Amino acid sequence: MTSAGPASINIKLKVWRQSDAKAKGAFHEYPVTGVDPNSSFLEMLDTLNDSLVHQNIEPIAFDHDCREGICGACSMVINGNPHGPETGSTTCQLHMRLFKDGDTIVVEPFRARPFPVIKDLVIDRSALDRIIMAGGYISADTGNAPDAHCIPVHKRDADIAFSAAACIGCGACVATCKNASAQLFLAAKVSQMAMLPQGRVERSERVRKMVATMEAEGFGSCSNTGACEVVCPKSISLAHIARLHRELLRALFL
Amino acid sequence: MSPTPAAPATPDRSHAAKQLQWLDDETLCLIPQSPGGRLEDKWDRHKFQLKLISPANKTKFSVIVVGTGLAGAAAAASLAELGYKVKSFCINDSARRAHSIAAQGGINAAKNYSNDRDSVFRLFFDTIKGGDFRAREANVYRLAQLSNDIIDHCVAQGVPFARDYGGFLDNRSFGGALVSRTFYAKGQTGQQLLLGAYGAMMRQVARGGIEYYPRREMLELVVADGMARGIITRNLLTGELESHAADVVVLATGGYSNVFFLSTNAMASNATAVWRAHKKGAFFANPCFTQIHPTCIPVHGEHQSKLTLMSESLRNDGRVWVPKTAGDKRTPREIPESERDYYLERIYPTFGNLVPRDVASRQAKRRVDEGRGVGPTGIAVYLDFADSVKRLGRKTIEERYGNLFEMYRKITAEDPYQEPMRIYPAVHYTMGGLWVDYNLMSTVPGLYVLGEANFSDHGANRLGASALMQGLADGYFIISATVEHHLASAALKPITVDHDAFREARAAASAKTLRLLNIGGSRTADEIHRELGQVMWEYCGMSRNAEGLGKALAAIPKLREAFWHDLHITGSGESLNGELEKAGRVADFLELSELMVLDALSREESCGSHFREEFQTGENEALRNDDRFCHVAAWEYREGLRARRHIEPLSFQYVPLMARSYK
Repeated sequence: MTSAGPASINIKLKVWRQSDAKAKGAFHEYPVTGVDPNSSFLEMLDTLNDSLVHQNIEPIAFDHDCREGICGACSMVINGNPHGPETGSTTCQLHMRLFKDGDTIVVEPFRARPFPVIKDLVIDRSALDRIIMAGGYISADTGNAPDAHCIPVHKRDADIAFSAAACIGCGACVATCKNASAQLFLAAKVSQMAMLPQGRVERSERVRKMVATMEAEGFGSCSNTGACEVVCPKSISLAHIARLHRELLRALFL
Repeated sequence: MSPTPAAPATPDRSHAAKQLQWLDDETLCLIPQSPGGRLEDKWDRHKFQLKLISPANKTKFSVIVVGTGLAGAAAAASLAELGYKVKSFCINDSARRAHSIAAQGGINAAKNYSNDRDSVFRLFFDTIKGGDFRAREANVYRLAQLSNDIIDHCVAQGVPFARDYGGFLDNRSFGGALVSRTFYAKGQTGQQLLLGAYGAMMRQVARGGIEYYPRREMLELVVADGMARGIITRNLLTGELESHAADVVVLATGGYSNVFFLSTNAMASNATAVWRAHKKGAFFANPCFTQIHPTCIPVHGEHQSKLTLMSESLRNDGRVWVPKTAGDKRTPREIPESERDYYLERIYPTFGNLVPRDVASRQAKRRVDEGRGVGPTGIAVYLDFADSVKRLGRKTIEERYGNLFEMYRKITAEDPYQEPMRIYPAVHYTMGGLWVDYNLMSTVPGLYVLGEANFSDHGANRLGASALMQGLADGYFIISATVEHHLASAALKPITVDHDAFREARAAASAKTLRLLNIGGSRTADEIHRELGQVMWEYCGMSRNAEGLGKALAAIPKLREAFWHDLHITGSGESLNGELEKAGRVADFLELSELMVLDALSREESCGSHFREEFQTGENEALRNDDRFCHVAAWEYREGLRARRHIEPLSFQYVPLMARSYK
């Protein structure tokens, strides 16, 4: 059963407000009272927004959609952590029971040069789409495929491919990295494809183009601090970055 | 209904005449254009008979695809691969975030890799029966045939399906079937399939085959000279209304479960695109067929924004039960085996916990109505894994469902390895949608509708793991063939966005936005939406009766009135404005909901998800009336008048009509 806690808590939010991409943003403070600890963080924001609308104040803009931790839309930094204090979690999966009565919670957008702020907590992550465009796929036109069982894949390899493919493209890895590197994001896709026989045909071109695009988009490089792995809501392992580097070396020198 | 035996909204041209014939002064008979011949040969023959366009000429044609879920992304990719100029629109900041991403359990295919005597015919049979004989045989057979091609294609794309120790693809079981035919990638199958389709789409964006428009919402369909020729979109960042012209429009915009406010759909999932198309002449089929999924996390409080599904695959290893005695307040582990009622296993010994969704949901509701519900609210039943953990070990259960258990723990703060999950049905999927013929064309020529947005293949109840199959069959394999035929035969005139039809549609969209912004009332869109949801859940949810539906028919116009007089929106129409977006969607839900109620009221039978309390067997199972209702109801929009009900008769030549039994 749900652990017995307070029936409701009162908190203070310090939220980054910025009316558009060019405006100068600032933190605004909002008290939120009577928060149900079983409600999610985003439901708490919904309640606050509802009351802002009633006061004729524009509600806080934030990206969100599935609210199940899989679409990758939600993106804010909560008390200094992308996706908040819980590991292996997206913002939409945070629940207010993690916070105490009287807490001040600081909420700001993901901050990285390749992710410009659009409004309040909403950012532009289209650079991640462009990295995928550069080669994050297998070039298999519809209708070409042989029977799915033509190529058995070792369970170990399939499992590693899956663990990489679980990336939800939220960009938390970029937001937390002091270099704003997108290496974990990119490595997840390169690694998934490199582990599968059907992905190996294009492996060299893929990794070269994707890395070049990442650099052109203004993401930094990796200095192995491992911060990305810690904040990744899908706990994607740093080992995939090691594989990315192997793939890149292989593509450049073999 | 007021008798106005005028021409239908769709102009009577050669195409429409083929699709629509008058049965009497009031009612049209919709002709699905299913090809003749043996069931097994229909699709092959049809593909041969559809006209071709040479590869060089394909590049002269343009196609608009709205939506980038499984159906939309697959359609955009496969059409661009063939050479068409595609424009793809999505509501999110990236195509990869479409709500197909949240599908968990798996995708069906008739591969028979499990050697349990599965076949295309058996998948076809199970789907027709699961849909309670309210789907079209020819469509469903084609779907079952294409299921195998989908698996092949997705593996070629690098979709990391679960594999066994020999390196071959693993299968599991889903409701409504006695074979294991569900391919899966942990509890993230939708994500993996969508990322495959998204990758294919991004590849075409890179090579220039697709113009990609994220953060756009379709506000109007443009019908020019009787043909769908474009759309009006709102750029959600700038508020700008944009006009896009093409030779064909494809809608793959998903279902309308969010009419209920609380559903498992994503927050932005909405019915605006299909509803706008409906108002331009596309008939809406079986709107009352909404799927209530049995295994969702129960509602916890009044500020809840959405519901979370726990995959049906959990019913492979989880056992559903409630206490035998009403009002038993002991914790689940204190209740001994002999005092538990594993009611699905008791009532349906053959299918047990794997009965179809509609059956499992209704039985859960019945237990709660009997006072045997569990948990703090009493509105839940247990889904218990204790036996499976004992039998298979925690590691195996973790491998199969790890992410689902984790998700449950995060939401409820309870550990499902220790305590049974508490679950309750929630709105999840809509079988109804825009009516389409065998070619997936709506009653508006040149307007095609794919995936959940159409009504086609699931009848009155969809089987688990069949939505992904249908979205991808429509998108990868069907639409490219049928659109090609239309383009080759329709003799389309060139069109630009200066055409009057575009100007009118743009003006209508602009007027609606302005009207919403200027109401100046006191209530938020969410507040009114939540109220609508309560009306729909109460009267048009898991079980319905004439009296309740009548109440809903009285309540909805009042809500609409309240909305248009007392709505309050902040901000302007010229920037990112979430309140304005929500309001536009709620305005359409307030109209669609009424059609759902009308449809539920006029279908005086129970079938699949549509359970009318007046029509049930002695054992409380759905009682169909095949004499009166063995048809699809397709509704025609009439400005200022009540919608008019037309029908597509259904005939069953290969699966004889029978009472569905899962005992």
